Amino acid sequence: MNIEVRARERGQNTKLDIVDCDFHPKLTVEQMRPFLSNQWWNYIQTYGNRSRHGYAKGYAYPKMTPQAARRDAWPPGGGLPASDLDFVRQQHLDFYGISAAIMNPLSPTGQGDMNVELSVAMASAANDAQLECWTRRDPRLKSSVVVPYEDGVASAAEVRKRAGNKDFAQVFMLSRTGEAAGRKRYWPIYEAAVEAGLPVGIHAFGYSGWPMTSSGYPSFYIEEMTEHATSAQVMVTSMIMEGIFERWPDLKIVLIECGFGWLPALGWRLDKQWKRLKDEVPHLKMAPSEYIKKHFWVTTQPMEETENPDHLLEVMNWIGMDRIMFSSDYPHWDFDDPFVSLPPSLTDEQRRKIYSGNARALYRLD
Amino acid sequence: MTDVLTEVGAIDCDVHPSVPDVAALLPHLETFWRDSAVERGLNSLDSNSYPLKSPLTSRPEWRNKSGLPAATAKEVGDQVFGRWQSGFAILNCLYGVQLLFSEDMAAAFCRALNDYIAKEWLDRDPRMRASVVIPMQNVEYAVDEIERCARDKRFVQVLVLAMQEVPLGRRHFWPIYAACERHGLPLGIHAGSAYRNPVTSLGWPTWYIEDYAAQAQGFQSQLASLITEGAVAKHPGLKIVLIESGVTWLPGFLWRFGKFWRGLRTEVPWVDRPPWEIIRDHFRLTIQPFDAPDSPEAVERAIEHLRSDDILLYASDYPHWQFDGDAVVPAGFSPALRRKIAIDNPLATYPRLKEDAR
Repeated sequence: MNIEVRARERGQNTKLDIVDCDFHPKLTVEQMRPFLSNQWWNYIQTYGNRSRHGYAKGYAYPKMTPQAARRDAWPPGGGLPASDLDFVRQQHLDFYGISAAIMNPLSPTGQGDMNVELSVAMASAANDAQLECWTRRDPRLKSSVVVPYEDGVASAAEVRKRAGNKDFAQVFMLSRTGEAAGRKRYWPIYEAAVEAGLPVGIHAFGYSGWPMTSSGYPSFYIEEMTEHATSAQVMVTSMIMEGIFERWPDLKIVLIECGFGWLPALGWRLDKQWKRLKDEVPHLKMAPSEYIKKHFWVTTQPMEETENPDHLLEVMNWIGMDRIMFSSDYPHWDFDDPFVSLPPSLTDEQRRKIYSGNARALYRLD
Repeated sequence: MTDVLTEVGAIDCDVHPSVPDVAALLPHLETFWRDSAVERGLNSLDSNSYPLKSPLTSRPEWRNKSGLPAATAKEVGDQVFGRWQSGFAILNCLYGVQLLFSEDMAAAFCRALNDYIAKEWLDRDPRMRASVVIPMQNVEYAVDEIERCARDKRFVQVLVLAMQEVPLGRRHFWPIYAACERHGLPLGIHAGSAYRNPVTSLGWPTWYIEDYAAQAQGFQSQLASLITEGAVAKHPGLKIVLIESGVTWLPGFLWRFGKFWRGLRTEVPWVDRPPWEIIRDHFRLTIQPFDAPDSPEAVERAIEHLRSDDILLYASDYPHWQFDGDAVVPAGFSPALRRKIAIDNPLATYPRLKEDAR
């Protein structure tokens, strides 16, 4: 009932051009089957995916809702949330008048699996399944090139295989990599992404195999959620300090669902230490915060909630209104509603940039 | 006061006395451990968190002929009480005794270290106070050491490192917090790692600058743990001081943590009020380093985002090279705030200082 009432209100509001930079289509292994060899298909049936944690099914930290999804996102016709394109259209794409959505498929895509060869096979199958089951059927949807990131060379091959296909908007990694993302083993991915003219989107989550904090494993899911921001801070630090932006000056990184409230303070901290410890990292040619400004984009969800609303605007200004892109995280429980999530005091110009302009420019959507 | 960037009579809440080598601790070790250290050739427990020659570890002019900074009570006193005119200094010794793997050895070296600090430092300058270094390797031993040192009122705080074997909120640590509460000792969490886990959640980083930068993430994790586990709710008298944390990561952390608390608080029902309220009641942060751009306006904005005048504590972090000249307090702090962080806030945080610092 609620949905009908809200739908009527919002029908009049649809002039806003919205690009959703974080939509999670649910691929199934069945959809990937045509693109998997018999060997890997049988392997998945027998051993399944083995993430770098203890549980064979599900998550290291139990989610607070099934599939971490909105309770109303289960398709009436059955299947998992965001597995049914018609229902996704009805509840999300058409409902909000979204004109383009970047698809970021999460498990089962094999990313970060203990078995890297399985990751290689599944990533490629996930990319074919995105084209077959989603982009082919709705022109608003853009795929991400899922890469088996723990194998840099195989990842680069997958990127090159998809290069030039306009259905792919970015290269897709998870934030909890086995080593920090600036390390050499990942360099082939960045090289191939730059070659293909694609940004690299890095989405919070995954299992690195290391404890989620530098003091070992925390106890609660709320900590896991909070800690994604700390590992994103580590990741940004690593990418800067390893000099990858000097090596690939055209490399563009999108931080997806990592939050952004922490980003200015991280830049300040790195600048301050760089001033003192410059001699250790002579390969850096400018202050760390300048690399952040030049190479990083952020998506909005989960939008930070400040006590004083002016502080959020201030942080957004520090990052740059041309670097912030709207994302909903549909169908997950912490979904941000496009109509109410952004601060109301943004100017029309700023709204236009954040809702669509920045994403259209970065992903070359026009 | 206009050009003076220090505060007369201030309580300097973070000063680092050096331990030149293990030999300096030998007189304070029990016979078994003294013999053991000598026979095994144990010369150094310097931590990788502060490589001795790194520019951050000490400003060049603060090193003695052999390169060691803050080597004696006199050197430290000349700078902190002489040049900067502080009234008191809290010594936080970072010698790497917390890194030892043997519980027994760690406890022995903590005892020796605390006795060394009392004898070679506190006895030599009545303006010096210190933190009790405890063996987190074993909670029972840690509580014993707090009880032993608490008799000496010059110990005003208990000191642990930001990166531990397990998060600090975990329940088996709570007897330590009860002991802190009992004796009016804040829990000081200082940058540094016991190196039980990689210093980042993505493994071991390449460069030292990454290790030091990662301390700020270590602090965030401990805050989340201490609050979500209920350690703070269970110990209403406990004050926790984040030392050498960088400070300005706090608002961004709270915006995210506070949002997830709203969405997920059924998982931790004992956290019955917003994290930022808990932080303002229980947590304090020392001001060096203050991670902000150099402009006074930027510093002022960063302070405003903390939304509290009560949570910052004056600290030089001597001899770490966090600032140039005498700018212990960065430009951008108002005169009223300077007075608060230098005197009022430390006195409110460290009850044991009050008896002397009237």
